[in-house]
Amino acid sequence: MNFDYTEEQNMLKDSVARFVQDQYDFEARCKVAALEEGYSADNWKTFAELGWLSIPFAEEHGGFGGNVVDTMLLMEELGKGLVLEPFLATVVLFGGLLSRGAADQQQYIGSVIEGSLQGAFAYAERQSRFNLNDVATQAIANGDGYRLNGEKIVVLNGAVADKLIVSARTSGSQLDSAGISLFLVDANAKGVARQGYRMMDGQKVANILLQDVEVTSADLVGELDQGLALMQSVISEATVAVGAEAVGIMDKLQATTVEYTKTREQFGVAIGSFQALQHRMVEMFMACEQTRSLLYRAACSQSADQAQADRDVLALKVMVGRAGKLVGDEAFQLHGGIGMTDELDVGHYVKRLMMINTLFGDADFSQQRFAELAG
Amino acid sequence: MDTTFSAEDLAFRDEVRAFLTEAYDDDLKARLADKATYKEAQIEWQRRVNAKGWAAPGWPAEYGGCSWSATQSFIYENERSAAGAPDMLPFGLKMVAPVIYTFGNDEQKQRFLPRILNSDDWWCQGYSEPGAGSDLASLKTRAEVDGDDYIVNGAKIWTSYAQYADWIFCLVRTDSSGKKQDGISFLLIDMKTPGIKVNPIIGIDNRHTLNEVEFNNVRVPKANLIGEQDKGWTYAKALLAHERTAIAGVAASKKELAEIREIAGRELSGGIALSSDPLFQKNLTDIEIELMALEYTELRVLAKAASGAHPGPESSLLKIKGTEIQQALQKLRLDVAGHYAGIQTEEAVGNEYADKARVDYMYGRAATVYGGSNEVQKNIIAKFVLGLK
Ligand SMILES: Cc1cc2nc3c(=O)[nH]c(=O)nc-3n(C[C@H](O)[C@H](O)[C@H](O)COP(=O)(O)OP(=O)(O)OC[C@H]3O[C@@H](n4cnc5c(N)ncnc54)[C@H](O)[C@@H]3O)c2cc1C
Repeated sequence: MNFDYTEEQNMLKDSVARFVQDQYDFEARCKVAALEEGYSADNWKTFAELGWLSIPFAEEHGGFGGNVVDTMLLMEELGKGLVLEPFLATVVLFGGLLSRGAADQQQYIGSVIEGSLQGAFAYAERQSRFNLNDVATQAIANGDGYRLNGEKIVVLNGAVADKLIVSARTSGSQLDSAGISLFLVDANAKGVARQGYRMMDGQKVANILLQDVEVTSADLVGELDQGLALMQSVISEATVAVGAEAVGIMDKLQATTVEYTKTREQFGVAIGSFQALQHRMVEMFMACEQTRSLLYRAACSQSADQAQADRDVLALKVMVGRAGKLVGDEAFQLHGGIGMTDELDVGHYVKRLMMINTLFGDADFSQQRFAELAG
Repeated sequence: MDTTFSAEDLAFRDEVRAFLTEAYDDDLKARLADKATYKEAQIEWQRRVNAKGWAAPGWPAEYGGCSWSATQSFIYENERSAAGAPDMLPFGLKMVAPVIYTFGNDEQKQRFLPRILNSDDWWCQGYSEPGAGSDLASLKTRAEVDGDDYIVNGAKIWTSYAQYADWIFCLVRTDSSGKKQDGISFLLIDMKTPGIKVNPIIGIDNRHTLNEVEFNNVRVPKANLIGEQDKGWTYAKALLAHERTAIAGVAASKKELAEIREIAGRELSGGIALSSDPLFQKNLTDIEIELMALEYTELRVLAKAASGAHPGPESSLLKIKGTEIQQALQKLRLDVAGHYAGIQTEEAVGNEYADKARVDYMYGRAATVYGGSNEVQKNIIAKFVLGLK
């Protein structure tokens, strides 16, 4: 048993860390956040050149053939730099679904790897909250294809994506597990209307209205009516990925806070010398370590039996939400007034951590699913 | 032991309700919500309340207070919050005015108190400095005597709403030879005086409420000194207890709790209302029970105050618990918003309460920091209530 990275993995980790250090300091990040698209096309090109966009894809699709640990390493380092480029949306979610699709769809993987195609996975709806099975968007058979009607909300990267993968109901009623299908939709297709806006972590998202959007049966991703399992499996991978990002952020917040309390003086001493604060930073530290342990646990069990893997991922998501809240709260509190300013990076890290909590189901939701799986 | 309302109390409640219905109208609500009109709307609101004679219930009657019983104060706060009407801004009414009527001279009382009541002057609080936060007494902004004036140099920070302010009340150093608490003086400074510069600070809620205020050879008449020179720390300390009780916000939290419960009744999860989800119910009622307790803790403090006692270390308890509850409610509101939590846009995207959830959550982080951080409050309780040294 060991928790060591391979030499190749260490190289990957170093290369991402170096990028963040050299090209993505807080000032650079603020500039990226101010861009209309919500990310920098130049950075995206760099990601492609460094081969990062190919990591999770199979070699037969032109990918690097990486495993869950490779993605995890990358995401953790991206987290430390609060990187806004849509790796999660385009590579992990959209790319993950393409990989599970038909040969015709897999051909787009090359463009993703090259950095020339942006994608988004549109699944959440106004009434669905975090329930993936709650799909009101309809796909009605129409000749050789389908006609899509409905609305998707808070779609990551949805405002700039070239292609979307959309969940829609092909049979059954709104909450049924069966009867959901996934479709590859051109973002500029007739009947697609997008309203882009920002979330507090700087991410550009969109609400997407689908009005009589026509797709063919070749656009079906995976089996008809069997979309839920595909969604769950890709979201499971994505949850580990954002769990890694969260661990990177939490470590960063913890280190920043400890550093600050060593230098900030009140009452003639560094505030870090107050035991009341020391204990709280110890709690932060333990929260980070416990979360990292569940991250490794979830990463290790991805190849194990499905039920165990699902529980491990949910446990990670719960911990990311709860331990992340503790770390964020304490980082704010221990910084005092300065922590309340937009100018300091602390608030930006906390906001991203909070958004990760909401992604794919918050701590409460995930804990309930976890309890249900306890059997 | 009895907390039932008397017939007079009930009549008073009706009077408050009738007043709020009339004075807090839709037009004012809209103007308060709009950045561009916020300041004048807040002033107008205070003037309407002042016309009724209720702007400063806690002041001594001779200066315009209401001599309300603890029950009446409780009723007023509850009704105001339930109506969604904003509190009066505390800087004039609850912070500087008690110092003026307790330690100021007659001329200062006549000059400032009526204008504070009617919101003719907008006040801000100039205490904190970059190097003096929790350790406020280490402040360095200095005032040197020059004939009939003081010359003030230095900088204040985190000054809420200084961008709107006509006046700032400041703690300044007039002597640095002895203990740091000695040698501090309490000065009232006209914000229009040459040499004052206000630099905005944008908060994590992406709004502008905070500022840095620079003083560059600012000339302040000696007539604006409160009480004695070098004795300002004693005056300021008396004032901090007022500020802390004001921060507890029990009535506002009750209103927020009710609102969240109502929103959760509309928000669906798995086709059923979130309000019937057991985990949500636990989260909500955990807070509710703490709040029920705090409501009575506050009543106990109020009853004691009504019998003439000054708010003491108990006010620290109200501040800690009150702000913890506020933050728990802000987190819950954000959680209820689901995917829309953290939305940051002026565009209408179909969730009217989520943007407020983000702003409140972010601004709310400060409540455990300002007014003396919660850690400092705990130190106060440990020392003065529990006798721990
Ligand atoms: C939104 C907002 C509005 C404000 N408005 C005003 C205003 O209008 N006017 C004004 O004058 N000031 C205002 N303040 C300033 C506020 O009073 C200070 O932020 C506060 O006193 C804390 O000081 P600091 O920020 O320097 O933090 P620090 O004092 O540096 O504290 C940092 C951390 O150390 C902890 N700490 C400090 N000392 C101890 C100790 N002895 N034991 C244990 N823990 C300790 C604190 O609790 C905090 O967690 C405002 C602040 C905020 C955030």
